[in-house]
Amino acid sequence: MAIYLAKRLLGACIVLWAVITITFGLMHAIPGGPFTQEKKLPPAVMATVEARYHLDEPLWNQYVDYVRHAAVLDLGPSYKYPGKTVNDIIAETLPVSAELGLISLFLAIGAGVLAGMAAAWYKNTWVDYGMMIGATLGVSVPSFIFAAVLIQLFAFTWPVLPAALWKGPAYVILPALALAAQPTAFIMRLTRSSLVDALGQDYIRTARSRGIGPWSLLYRHALRNALLPVVSYIGPLAAALMTGSFIVETIFAIPGLGRHFVTSIYNRDYTVILGITIFYSFLIMMMNLLVDLIYPLLDPRITVDSRKEE
Amino acid sequence: MNPLLEVRHLSISFHTYRGLLEAVHDVSITVHPGETVGIVGESGCGKSVTSQAVMKLLPQGAAEYRTGEILWEGRDLLPLSESEMNGLRGRDMAMIFQDPMTSLNPVLTIGAQLCEGLALYQKLSKQEQRTRAAELLKAVGLTSPEKRLDQYPHQLSGGMRQRCLIAMALSCSPKLLFADEPTTALDVTTEAQVLDVLKKMQAELGMAVVLISHNLGVIAQMCRRIYVMYAGTVVEEGTAEDIFYRPAHPYTKGLLASLPDPSDREKVLTGIPGQAPDLFHMPKGCRFYRRCPQAMKACMEAEPPREEAGPGHHYTCWLAAAERRRGDGTH
Amino acid sequence: MDFTPITEADRREPYVAPQTLRDRGWHRMKGNPLALWGMAIVIVMTLLAVIGPFLSPYTYADQSFSDANAWPSAAHWFGTDSLGRDLFVRVLYGARISLSIGLVASLINVFIGVIYGGIAALAGGRIDRIMMHVVDILYSIPMLLYVILLMVVFKPGLLNIYLALGIAYWLNMARVVRGQILSLKQQEYVMAARSCGTSTWQILRRHMIPNCVGPIIVTLTLSIPEAIFTEAFLSFIGLGVSAPMASWGVLASEGINSMRSFPFQLAFPALALCITMLGFMFLGDGLRDALDPQHQKEGSR
Repeated sequence: MAIYLAKRLLGACIVLWAVITITFGLMHAIPGGPFTQEKKLPPAVMATVEARYHLDEPLWNQYVDYVRHAAVLDLGPSYKYPGKTVNDIIAETLPVSAELGLISLFLAIGAGVLAGMAAAWYKNTWVDYGMMIGATLGVSVPSFIFAAVLIQLFAFTWPVLPAALWKGPAYVILPALALAAQPTAFIMRLTRSSLVDALGQDYIRTARSRGIGPWSLLYRHALRNALLPVVSYIGPLAAALMTGSFIVETIFAIPGLGRHFVTSIYNRDYTVILGITIFYSFLIMMMNLLVDLIYPLLDPRITVDSRKEE
Repeated sequence: MNPLLEVRHLSISFHTYRGLLEAVHDVSITVHPGETVGIVGESGCGKSVTSQAVMKLLPQGAAEYRTGEILWEGRDLLPLSESEMNGLRGRDMAMIFQDPMTSLNPVLTIGAQLCEGLALYQKLSKQEQRTRAAELLKAVGLTSPEKRLDQYPHQLSGGMRQRCLIAMALSCSPKLLFADEPTTALDVTTEAQVLDVLKKMQAELGMAVVLISHNLGVIAQMCRRIYVMYAGTVVEEGTAEDIFYRPAHPYTKGLLASLPDPSDREKVLTGIPGQAPDLFHMPKGCRFYRRCPQAMKACMEAEPPREEAGPGHHYTCWLAAAERRRGDGTH
Repeated sequence: MDFTPITEADRREPYVAPQTLRDRGWHRMKGNPLALWGMAIVIVMTLLAVIGPFLSPYTYADQSFSDANAWPSAAHWFGTDSLGRDLFVRVLYGARISLSIGLVASLINVFIGVIYGGIAALAGGRIDRIMMHVVDILYSIPMLLYVILLMVVFKPGLLNIYLALGIAYWLNMARVVRGQILSLKQQEYVMAARSCGTSTWQILRRHMIPNCVGPIIVTLTLSIPEAIFTEAFLSFIGLGVSAPMASWGVLASEGINSMRSFPFQLAFPALALCITMLGFMFLGDGLRDALDPQHQKEGSR
């Protein structure tokens, strides 16, 4: 177990290093420097600015410097917000995004699994069809359109909820719904299909032949098997919520990391883009590692160490 | 003695994407308390469907009971609701399945699966459940039963799993046990052990067993009465002696002729030519006529009548009628 | 009753045309109204995208400030945008761009995925392990971030979107193809063919490729809407195709800005986008149920 963990963490470090190298390379493939983009700076100012950010040094030195700092979790300064580091920005905005993200995560898993169970249990009835049509709609509406419709309905047409900003519990509802909609629909489809599959297995027939009631069949026998794919989906789910947050936080003007990322794309604030990308990659990788560690607890056939072998 | 189970003229169809498929046609089977009945036939002949139909385990929606009735101690099961059936399943009738690899829930321990049933049938404390579960595992011949309780199915071998399934099925002493190809997926040596366990448990509990197999040897070893099924119908029924020494139906004869005999190495194994008919394109007369060496025009046109070959020995074939006609002609 | 023996002719089985996998698949599709609707939507949208823009007197770039923000009317069926461009034509034109992005990006995915997955599965052993390990690693980092980075680095534009989406999302295809080939390798009929001395190329041509087509088509159909979606996402954060060209995503995100005053500017592109998504999803699900052997157990019992 400890060996496995060490191996995985070491692997994660190597991948992270590759990620840093690739992102660094991409960012510096841009013709001209980050300060040559918009209004021209006087050459003297340009030189001081470049010197301040060590942009006048050879690329190799910059790279080594960046990796060395990243290794001690220092992602460097922002170009567009003088005096702020990428770390500052992450520290300021992450709590907001984390709150929104976690609420949406639980919402998506809870609602998705429950709805999927209902659809599977009432397979081929109107309950199932209704749910499945809802879910398919859910996955075919881009989240920014869904968010816009939510705002139009619940903030303007029927003004019961705030349309934007982040000032209290009421401000969470619409963004959380907008962010969770697609993952909910996806989890529901996943739960339904794997539950239908599980309910068709031989061991369910065995259990039925012993007079085990429908409730127990669903909960004890089918659900645990059916939830395994859902657990595997938590990693991608975290990634989906992350990218969703770019949009939802922008639309709802929420001061989170996602919106900041989008702003820095607009501003071409390269160090911030670079830093946040690396940070997100790290986050998602940790999430995947966590899922790999949880998985064997649910499926006795798989031990932590054998997970990668299959 | 009143029969425990009486299946009368049961026909079952499945809705498939190719249309309606009649898997079981006009099958009648009787089981008396305490006896062992065998159902033998090739795969796909409706053996398993018949047994699962009795316990109403067929997938709802896809399977349809067309005709007939299933009498359990005189009471018709077909109108019963799912929860009423649940009252019977496990307590009065139980089943063990062909594939022990997939018939146990992979994410629950053996103990959890055993105790679940026990808790359902009797009021027992957790500790009593565990003790009883261990006793059951011991009774079916598993070594170190205590340890097995905490193991998961994937940690056991096929034979061990099948014993667990038997223990689970027998956990509340049912009156009738369906054993659906219980040893097909096992090695020959394990097969013998599992059959021994079945025999022993039957003697102890005095239950009736319906043994379903395509293996004539297994059937011969275990059963007093035998039903021979072909393409969804019962073609012959009788005692083990009737079936093995005085087979009346050409299909049964064919089956026996294709059985190797170690004491007669000169025996020519004839087999049965052709293959079982496609269930979607069933002949309208006798379902066996295309493969039958004695087929007549009549066999193509009408379903054969049920004939008596001796007390309790019946078969469905046109040959007897033809024989009688020939007899009339000479006189 | 006629008790004379039957002739050999009587014994003959009635000829039943063998059902190929394709017949079977089509049979199932026909029984699945949602899949047929999906197919109809996809076909209609494709036709509109190809010939639609020719049917209107306007072009996607014609501006007319006197007609700016006009509500839908006989002259402008879907109204006009803030620059007075006809929205109907822009939505049809958006169909061209969005659908072409979906198709081209997915085809690049297929190309890379099939080659990568095929090599991994056919090579087997260590090469397979290493190649799949790479896929696992790539899987664990969010590819969308790298699409964003690519789009930041290379200027937004149609060709760059094709490429960025095409090279980012082949992982799934590679897994599907590898899984399919690996399971085929274990099939008895492939082993039998091999034991008869059939050449590798023959096995590939006769067994592997035909059996991989189904899953590849299914994955392709489901990856098209994903690419269209991703493009809409990129448009929203300002990295989509550049003006005056407009994909549905660009149109919808422009529409959001004027949603309160001119809701139709959001509604039409959004509807077009969502209906097409639905079409692809239904079609993809239907195809999977019909073609994917792994899903064949279910409905057939």
